Amino acid sequence: MNRTARLCSAAAAAVLGLAIVGLVVGDYPVPARSAIATAVWDRGGEFDFVINSLRFPRVTVAVLAGVCLAASGLLFQTLIDNPLVSPDIIGIDTGAAAVAVAILAIGLDARLLPYAAFAGALATAVLIFTLSWRRGFSGGRLVLVGIGINALLSAVITYMLVRFPVERVSAAARWQAGTLSASSWDDARTLAVALVVLLPVAFLLVRRLRIMQLGNDTAIALGMRLEQNRMAVIATGCGLAAIVVAVVGPLGFVALLVPHVARSLAGALTVGVLLLTALLGSVMLLSADLVAQRLFAPTVLPAGVVTAAMGGPYLLLVLRRFNRAV
Amino acid sequence: MKFSAVKFSAVRIGPRTFRHHTLALPIALTLLLAVLVLSLRYGALRIDTGTVWNAVWDYDRSDHRQIVVRELRLPRTVIGVLAGACFAVAGALTQGVTRNPLGAPGILGVNAGAAFAVVTAIYTAGITSPAGYVWFAFIGALGATVLVYAVASAGSGGATPVKLALAGAIISALLGSWTAAVLLLDLETLDQARFWLAGSISGRGTEEAALLLPIIAVALLAALFMGRQVNALSLGEEVATGLGQRTSIVRAAAGACVVALAGSAVALAGPVAFIGLAVPHIVRSVVGPDYRWIILYSALLGPCLLLGADIIGRVVVSPSELQVGIVSAALGAPFLIYLVRSMKLAEL
Amino acid sequence: MRSDHKLDPVLAADRARRNPGDVSSRSRPVLSTENLDADYGGPVVLDDLTASIPTGEITAIVGANASGKSTLLRALARLLKPARGVVYLDGADIHSQSTRSVAVQLGLLPQSPRAPEGVVVGDLVRRGRYPHQRLFDQWSKADERAVVRALELTGLSDVGDRPLDELSGGQRQRAWIAMALAQDTPVMLLDEPTTFLDIAHQVEMLDLLARLNRSENRTIVMVLHDLNQACRYASHLIALADGRIEAVGHPSEVVTAEMIERVFGLHVSVISCPVSGTPLCVPHTHCH
Repeated sequence: MNRTARLCSAAAAAVLGLAIVGLVVGDYPVPARSAIATAVWDRGGEFDFVINSLRFPRVTVAVLAGVCLAASGLLFQTLIDNPLVSPDIIGIDTGAAAVAVAILAIGLDARLLPYAAFAGALATAVLIFTLSWRRGFSGGRLVLVGIGINALLSAVITYMLVRFPVERVSAAARWQAGTLSASSWDDARTLAVALVVLLPVAFLLVRRLRIMQLGNDTAIALGMRLEQNRMAVIATGCGLAAIVVAVVGPLGFVALLVPHVARSLAGALTVGVLLLTALLGSVMLLSADLVAQRLFAPTVLPAGVVTAAMGGPYLLLVLRRFNRAV
Repeated sequence: MKFSAVKFSAVRIGPRTFRHHTLALPIALTLLLAVLVLSLRYGALRIDTGTVWNAVWDYDRSDHRQIVVRELRLPRTVIGVLAGACFAVAGALTQGVTRNPLGAPGILGVNAGAAFAVVTAIYTAGITSPAGYVWFAFIGALGATVLVYAVASAGSGGATPVKLALAGAIISALLGSWTAAVLLLDLETLDQARFWLAGSISGRGTEEAALLLPIIAVALLAALFMGRQVNALSLGEEVATGLGQRTSIVRAAAGACVVALAGSAVALAGPVAFIGLAVPHIVRSVVGPDYRWIILYSALLGPCLLLGADIIGRVVVSPSELQVGIVSAALGAPFLIYLVRSMKLAEL
Repeated sequence: MRSDHKLDPVLAADRARRNPGDVSSRSRPVLSTENLDADYGGPVVLDDLTASIPTGEITAIVGANASGKSTLLRALARLLKPARGVVYLDGADIHSQSTRSVAVQLGLLPQSPRAPEGVVVGDLVRRGRYPHQRLFDQWSKADERAVVRALELTGLSDVGDRPLDELSGGQRQRAWIAMALAQDTPVMLLDEPTTFLDIAHQVEMLDLLARLNRSENRTIVMVLHDLNQACRYASHLIALADGRIEAVGHPSEVVTAEMIERVFGLHVSVISCPVSGTPLCVPHTHCH
C-alpha cells in the first residue's frame, strides 16, 4: 500500500469515527451502541427521533458537503495554479448569498431559497468567467475580477441588511454564516445526487488537470484541448460549491484549506490526492460541526464561523512556510 | 542622486508635464468647490446656495434650513472631505511603494479589520457612541493592514497584485466571519453595528474628526512631502537603493502614513471601499507617473469622489438614503474589473 | 544512416559536413511552413516565411533578439495561429488536425516550463504519455516502457522518485526532455534548451540531443542563442532577421562573415573550429 492509500484509509477511518461521535454527542445523551444501532439496523425505538431525524442527517450532510467543498477547492486551485484561490474567495458564495439574503429579507417563501441560491452561484460564476475573458483565459484575472464581483455583491448584501427590519435581517445573517443544525434528509439527498453526478467528472478531470498544470504551452504540445477542459473544470468546481451554498449556506475556508493539507501530505495532484482531499473535507466539516454544537452548548454556533476560526490560524501558518511565488 | 530618479520620471512624462500639472490644478479646485456646494445643498431637503452661504458665514439659528446645513450637512461634508483625502492619499502611497496597481486600503483589509474591531467593541465593551468607535476602528484597520501585507509578501516574488488581493480577501473573509459570529450572538449589536458597517458619513459628529485631526494633518503633510522618495522607490527596491535611498526608512515612513491615513478614514466614514484604489489611477492617467503630483491631486480628488458618491446616495433613493460605502462599492467594483481587464498578463 | 553509436557530436557534425547539401540523404520534410505571417497584434513578427525542416536532422533556428525565432518555433508547434500562411505537418495543415494527433507526432520543450509544486521526476515524465491515453485507458505496458526508456536515455533512472525541485538545473532540464521523450514523437521542438544552464550543462544537454537524433533518428528543431553551438550541433541552420529567412542550409555552407553581418549586424571572422572543424565566429570588437 503506498503512502496516499494509507493516508486515505486513515482519513476514511477518521470520517467514520467523527460521524459516530456526531451521533453520540449532543444535549440528549445517547449511548454509543444504541446510537449506531438506531442509525443503522434498529430503526425506531427510544432514540429514533434524535438520531434519525436530527443527528444522522446532520452528520451525513456534513460528510457530503465537506466532500463537495474540498473537491471544488482542489479543482479551482489546480486550474488557476494558485493555492490561495477558492470558490468562496472569488465571489461564488457571495452570489448565492446575495440572492438568498434577498429572499429572506424581502420575506419570500424560504423553500425557494436552495434553488435561488444555486442559480445565484452559477450566474455569478458565469459573470466572473465572462468578465475575466479577454483574448483568452488568465487565472490571475479570474481571481481579481472575482474579488471585484465579491465586493460588489457584498455591498448589495449590506444594502439589504440596512434596508430591511432587523428581525428578517437577522435570519439572513444567520443563513449567511452557514449552519448545519437544520439539516434534513432532503438536504442530504440533494447533496448525494449532486455528488453522484459531479464527483466522477472531477475524478475524470484529474488526468487533464495534471497536464494543464504544466503550463499552456506544454499542455497544448501534449494534445490538450485547453478551452473545453477549462470550462469543464470550472463548471464542475462551481457546481460542487454552489450545491453546498444552496443546501447549507456559505461555509468558508473548507475549500481553501483542505486541498492544502492534502497536497502537503500526499504531494502533486493524482486521483489519490483528490480522494484524500474529499475525505479530509468531510473530516474538517464534521469536526467543525462538533465544535459548533458543543463549544457553547446549548447555544449552537453556525458551522461556517467555526470553519473560519479553524481555518484562519492554519492558513497563516501555511503562508509563512510558503516559499513559492503565487 | 535622488534627483536623477525624479528626472527619469519627468523624462518619461515628456514635455506635456508642466502644462498638464498647472492646468489640472484649477480644474481640481473648481471640482472640489462644486462638490462641496452640492454636498451642502442636496439631500432630502434642497437648499439654495444663498442659505448655504449664510449658514456657513452668518449663522441664523431660527432658520431650520440653516440648521440642517450647519448641524447635519456641514459635519457630514467635513468628514467626507477628510476621509476622501485620507483614503485617496493612502491608496496613492500604497500603489507607489508596493509598485502594485491594486494597492489600496480596501484591498489591504482595512475595512474588515476596522469592522471586526468595532463590532467587538460594541459587543464586549458596550460602546455605543461613534466617538467611542473611532479608536477601535483605527486599531483594527492597523492590525489588518500589517497582517495582509505580511502575508502577501511572504514567499518569493514578493507582494504581486494577485497575492496582495488574495491575502486581503482571505483575511477580510476571516475577519468577516468572526464579525458575523459576534453579530449572531447578539441582536442588539447587529442592530447597532449594521449602519456603521454599511459605511456612512452621515450622523457622525465633528468630535471624531476633531480627535483624529492632528493625526490626519501630520500624515497628509508627511505624504505630500514624500513624493520624491516614492518616485525613487516606485522604480524598484534595487534602483532606489542604487540611487542612494535608504529604502527601509522610506518604506517604514510611508507605511506609517498609510496606516494612519487609512485608519483615520475608516474610523470616520466606516468601511468605504475603492476610493483609495480608483483615485490614484484616475489622477495618474492625467498627470503621469510623478508621485509628487499624484499624491497632491489624490488629496484633492479623493474628497470629490467620496462626496460625489455620498451625494448620489442621497439623491437616488430620496427621501431615503444609500450609505456611501454601498454607492462607492457599486461604482468602484466595475472600476476594479475595468482596471484588471486593461492590465497586461505579466503585470498580474 | 551510418551506424556510429558513439555519443560524439563531433562525428555527427563531421558526417554532415562531408555531405553538404546532399539532399538525397535527407528524406521529404515532414514539417514545413508556407508563406507564414504572424504577429502578436502589433508589428509583423514573421513575414511571408517559407521553410522546411529536414527529417532526421538537427535544425537550429538562430537570429538576433526579436528576429522571430521563438515565434517560428511556436508556429511550428501550433501554439501560435499564423495570421496568414500554413504550417504543414505530414502533408496537412497543422491547425486542421486534432491537437491530440499532432501531439503524437510533435513534442515540445518550452523555454521555461513550469512544474507543479512537489512533483517527482517519474510523475512528470509519466504525464508525457497523455496523448497516447484515452478516456478510460489504464496505464499500459507501452506507457511504462516509454517512461523507463525516457528516464534511461536522460540518465535519470536513479532519481525517478526525487522531487523535481531538489534536482540540479541540468538534471531538471533533462527531466523535462525526458517528459517530451516519453511523448514518443518523431519530431521534437525545443525553445532555447540551454538558457539558464552553465557551460558544462549546456554541452551535456546538446550532446544528449545529438545522441537522441542519432540513435533514435528523431528530428530535432531548436532555437539557439549561441551561434557557435548551433554550427557545431546542427546540420541545418535557419537564420532569421526581421521575420524573414536570411540564410538557410548546412552551417558550413551558410555561415560566413557576410551572413553574420546581415543577421546580427556584427562584424566577425569565421574560422574553422579547432575541435570539430565546424564554423566558429569570432567577433571583432572596438577594444582590440
